[in-house]
Amino acid sequence: MERWARVMERTGAAPPDDLPVVLAAEGSHGPVVHALNRAARLSGIQTGARVVDMRAICPDLQVNYADIEGDRRFLDWLRLWARRWCPWSVSDGDDGLILDTTGSDHLFGGEAAMLRDMEARFSGLGLTAQLAAAPTWGAAWGLARFGPVRAICPEAALAERLGPLPVKALRLPQDTLLLLNRLGLKRIADLAAIPRPALIRRFREMEPECNPLLRLDQAMGRLAEPVSSEEEEAPFRAICRLSEPIQDPTPHVPELCDALCDRLEAAGKGCRKLRLTIYHSDGEVSAVTVATSRPSREGAHLLRLFEGKLERINPGYGFDLILLEALAVEDLDETQNRLDGQPDDALHLARLIDRLSARFGARVVTRPAPRESHLPERAQDWVSAMAGPPGDLADPPTLDRPVRLIAPPEEIRVLYAVPEGPPAQFVWRRQTLLITRYAGPERIAPEWWQDRPGTRLRDYFKVEDHQGRRFWIYREGLADDGRGGAPRWFLHGMFL
Amino acid sequence: MAKILALSSNPDRQTPRQALRARTLSEAFPATFADAAAPGLVLRALTRESRPVLWVQDRLSARETGAPYMLRAQGGPEVLRVALSRPADVLQAMEDGLACTALSAVIGEIWGNPPALSFTASKRLVLRAERSALPCWLIRPGAEADLSAARNRWRVASLPSSPHPDDRQAPGAPRWRAELFRSRLARPGTWVVAHDGAADRLDFSPASGDGALGAGDGTDRRRAAR
Repeated sequence: MERWARVMERTGAAPPDDLPVVLAAEGSHGPVVHALNRAARLSGIQTGARVVDMRAICPDLQVNYADIEGDRRFLDWLRLWARRWCPWSVSDGDDGLILDTTGSDHLFGGEAAMLRDMEARFSGLGLTAQLAAAPTWGAAWGLARFGPVRAICPEAALAERLGPLPVKALRLPQDTLLLLNRLGLKRIADLAAIPRPALIRRFREMEPECNPLLRLDQAMGRLAEPVSSEEEEAPFRAICRLSEPIQDPTPHVPELCDALCDRLEAAGKGCRKLRLTIYHSDGEVSAVTVATSRPSREGAHLLRLFEGKLERINPGYGFDLILLEALAVEDLDETQNRLDGQPDDALHLARLIDRLSARFGARVVTRPAPRESHLPERAQDWVSAMAGPPGDLADPPTLDRPVRLIAPPEEIRVLYAVPEGPPAQFVWRRQTLLITRYAGPERIAPEWWQDRPGTRLRDYFKVEDHQGRRFWIYREGLADDGRGGAPRWFLHGMFL
Repeated sequence: MAKILALSSNPDRQTPRQALRARTLSEAFPATFADAAAPGLVLRALTRESRPVLWVQDRLSARETGAPYMLRAQGGPEVLRVALSRPADVLQAMEDGLACTALSAVIGEIWGNPPALSFTASKRLVLRAERSALPCWLIRPGAEADLSAARNRWRVASLPSSPHPDDRQAPGAPRWRAELFRSRLARPGTWVVAHDGAADRLDFSPASGDGALGAGDGTDRRRAAR
């Protein structure tokens, strides 16, 4: 919710604080409330309820869709960010982080000071954090959500602190909670007071994550639950530190490329994107980014992509640090050359595409992609060649089509014998062309599933003029189709 | 005089069909710019291969004469298109393409006579094309035939198509008038070129009604080119 509010503030579309806003997610019976702001909570809206029901409670409710995938990515990023306090961190569910701060709290002046520091830094990100420090994962989970503010629980006081909390604080699913409620066990202390053999017998059949006894043992530290922290992948980078500033980075780039490619080769990877960052001695930073159409780890090829780009960097007072890093890394296996010793054509073509894209931009290097459409301009789409070869259609059309298409079609003035037939002559780019032969019409109806209503049909003619040039012209609409005035004529392409 | 005679009786002269498929730089000048004759003849002149063709266009030629369309469905090659704005970039992209062995041909379209397309630039293209043995075409709509190192220079115009087998009203198979006005490899001349779709073959016949052009051996022009 707070991440969403931050985004809205940045785009300037933030709602006022007193307007109830909820974020909805798809449930099994329509959208349900996923998160809500303070105004919504005050007007009695609950998480997990259906949006239509909550609309009945609060008619001026504003509903937006939650970006659950984005939240997960953000939490993952936050997990790495939280390593400023300790080396081991894992994300816990959809909304929690667990940090193993064993031995690192004294760096921040004790546990209480560390929690205060955490709260300040999270609020710096625009997030409110509920924090607790406890000897076990389960106890920290429960205390953070149901305990006092910035709770700190020493090992000896574990049972005493957890006792008054509701059984919800034991990380149990909804149906187990219902069962405990029916048994009259409201607090953790009630559960802990029951003799163990009775609990073991009662909950023997349950899954480990639903078993209240197991969860209780984990929280009390009788059952180990270690934090298995995932290591962040080390970035692939090569650094060149210079003893004194230089003006031209070009002589250092080949060895950086080779060093990076050696590292990539050792890891069996290839890079799709490379960034060369140059740190100026006066504090400025300039970067050059190049991309490849398939993963590569060839120093010579990657070096050629930077050709002509390094000269554009303004040297100023010189550089003292050059950093080359691989941004997008993919697996790349060793490939064998063909039997005659030549690498295959696809590799050469990919290198050509890389070079052209690096020099002129990825948008101008394109390949035609056939599409299933009747309209000529939609039947062929130009897609970037960096995206790989586009697939062919299962059954390509066999109609008579021009070899050149003018985009957009150019309007022509025509002289015709009958309104429905082909023109006798037309004026295009101030030239009068006499039509000697024609074929058609070929009627192409608008595609109602994507055209706006009122789009007129087209009658295409293949015509040949007195000089032998063959054009593709069309009439847009009919004289009395009730979709605008007299039909207009356009020239759309040229035949062989 | 004896020298000129020796030149004109050069034994390894190519036929116009061979000249059209020469693996070197050729230029095609459309007679009128709004005409698919020049790109059409170039497309038909390319040998059928599975490897793609690099097609580079500058901004003006793309806007005035359109972009290649549905070539694959019409028996043409696979296209890798580069749409650029400056003629100098077009020449650079063509040189990059000629250094690549995974292409079957390189085709460039440059509008008019930009200063970037000088004799030196065309010489570079010739040398690169001959080194990698790739057919390279420069289609030049709206251009004067100025100084160039291209080995073959064609002027292409549409001719009224051959009769349609089923429909007298409709245009049939395309025909072009191709004039080879300067060449190092073949004897210059003018031909009517028709494309035989079934056999994928270009049929050359001497241009009718203009015997002088058809029979002219172009000796004096060749001397100027040397």
